[in-house]
Amino acid sequence: MSERQVAVLGVGMHPWGKWGKNFVEYGVAAARAALADAGIAWTDVQFVAGGETIRNGYPGFIAGASVAQALGWSGAQVTSCYGACAAGSQAISVARAHILAGNCDVALVVGADSNPKGFFAPQAGERWTDPDWLRFRLLGATNPVYFALYARRRMALYGATDRDFAKVKVKNARHGLTNPYARYRKLVTEEEVLASPMVSDPLRLLEICATSDGGAALVLTSMEFARKHTTNPVTISGISTVTPRYPSTIIEMPNFATDSAASVPAPPVAFRDSITAAAYEQAGIGPEDVDLAEVYDLSAALELDWYENIGLCPPGDAEKLLNDGVTAVGGRVPVNPSGGLSSFGEAIPAQAIAQVCELTWQLRGQAEGRQVDHAKVGVTVNQGLFGHGSSVVVQR
Amino acid sequence: MKTRVSALESWFDANPERPRLIGSRCRSCHSYFFPKETFACRNPVCGATELEDVPLSATGTLWSYTDNHYQPPAPYMSPDPFQPYAIAAVELADEKMVVLGQVASGTATGDLQVGMRMKLVAETLYADDAKEYVVWKWAPAAGNSTSARVARDERSRS
Repeated sequence: MSERQVAVLGVGMHPWGKWGKNFVEYGVAAARAALADAGIAWTDVQFVAGGETIRNGYPGFIAGASVAQALGWSGAQVTSCYGACAAGSQAISVARAHILAGNCDVALVVGADSNPKGFFAPQAGERWTDPDWLRFRLLGATNPVYFALYARRRMALYGATDRDFAKVKVKNARHGLTNPYARYRKLVTEEEVLASPMVSDPLRLLEICATSDGGAALVLTSMEFARKHTTNPVTISGISTVTPRYPSTIIEMPNFATDSAASVPAPPVAFRDSITAAAYEQAGIGPEDVDLAEVYDLSAALELDWYENIGLCPPGDAEKLLNDGVTAVGGRVPVNPSGGLSSFGEAIPAQAIAQVCELTWQLRGQAEGRQVDHAKVGVTVNQGLFGHGSSVVVQR
Repeated sequence: MKTRVSALESWFDANPERPRLIGSRCRSCHSYFFPKETFACRNPVCGATELEDVPLSATGTLWSYTDNHYQPPAPYMSPDPFQPYAIAAVELADEKMVVLGQVASGTATGDLQVGMRMKLVAETLYADDAKEYVVWKWAPAAGNSTSARVARDERSRS
């Protein structure tokens, strides 16, 4: 096992918010924080992997180089990765591969974004062959429309209620209250959530994640390098960047339709269930070993789906897990102790990296105000549109 | 009187008597696709290159639904003022696939329930000086009962 692991020697973030600055500034701040946390200099970094953002012009498409240039050209090897919301794990995965292949000992992974207010919009222009453009043109299907389809389906299949969804928001707001990197640090009540304006029935404004500015970074190293700096490093033991298997029968953003199961039966494991399963398999663990999780709560309702997708409970039991307090800090398997997207908002290429930052602080016992006791194994999960799975297993 | 045309003719036959979505089917493994595939079957163990256009079923079962209370960004062509609309995900029985569409005007989420029968209709989405651009929409089909809807509402208030 050990030769398949890499160490998370340093983590760092720029606070999420609406700061109106260039994304590179957030990336540099996060990178410097991660380097300081690792106790190494920028010039020690041999490989840089950037998570791309499509909303910041050319510098966003070559984010790895944009941040490297701002830190000062050092001759490091560089790449930039895109996988929509999974861009960060793509970058983590590439950095790990270079370390495990022996191409480098020290890699910097960085993602940052600067976003306009309101709904995410497709690329500009007349794009009649681009499904992301067409879903706005022909359907008016915003991202929350897709989140709401899942939420309504959950109500119909399992009897989930508006109040269950509100409770997820209440829990995550409590978790994020003392997180210095969270954008929203305010307790809310179920009544406040249920009184917030309807966006896409049944989802209300306070149940849908905002779009934010932010940045996150990791210093990943070989185990040999890490042991020279620390006696008990946090490690990454599994990364999943899987695609769906054909036919994928759950409607996914930005598509107009699912695959057809008319001639080929749906696979035994659906896409979202397969994402973390692949990371568990690499790490040689199962969901029963997990002490805490950071999941992609694009909506409060979607967090409940993830409980089942990552194996914390069978389908239909997520509401019970929530209502029993199992997924709150202090419960058996806290979910989104950081406060989640609910408290952060979405800074797309930074998000999967930020999930690993939180698990690292938790496993080191440094998550002041939201610390999960005796945490040894954490898992992240997220998903990028167009078929990008993303999951990372972190252990100590 | 403005001409009514399909907003995207290769996807949707806007014939008002018999509106149909146009998908494609692999001649080798018979997999269906919407939007249509033109150059290769996406079944990973097939990959055949001969596909034929086929009209998809015009009825199905409501898989899920929602609505939009806020005006989406461009390129959505919104009326002024913005009109909220519902969106449905409908499962086609023969094709075993779920297809999204707006819900016909006059039907709100309160009129819908998961599992109800839906049918395809043609409706104008936007217009310019010369033409009305028509898209497919979903509408409740005849013969749906309303009892399940009431039961669901009571449960979601608990």
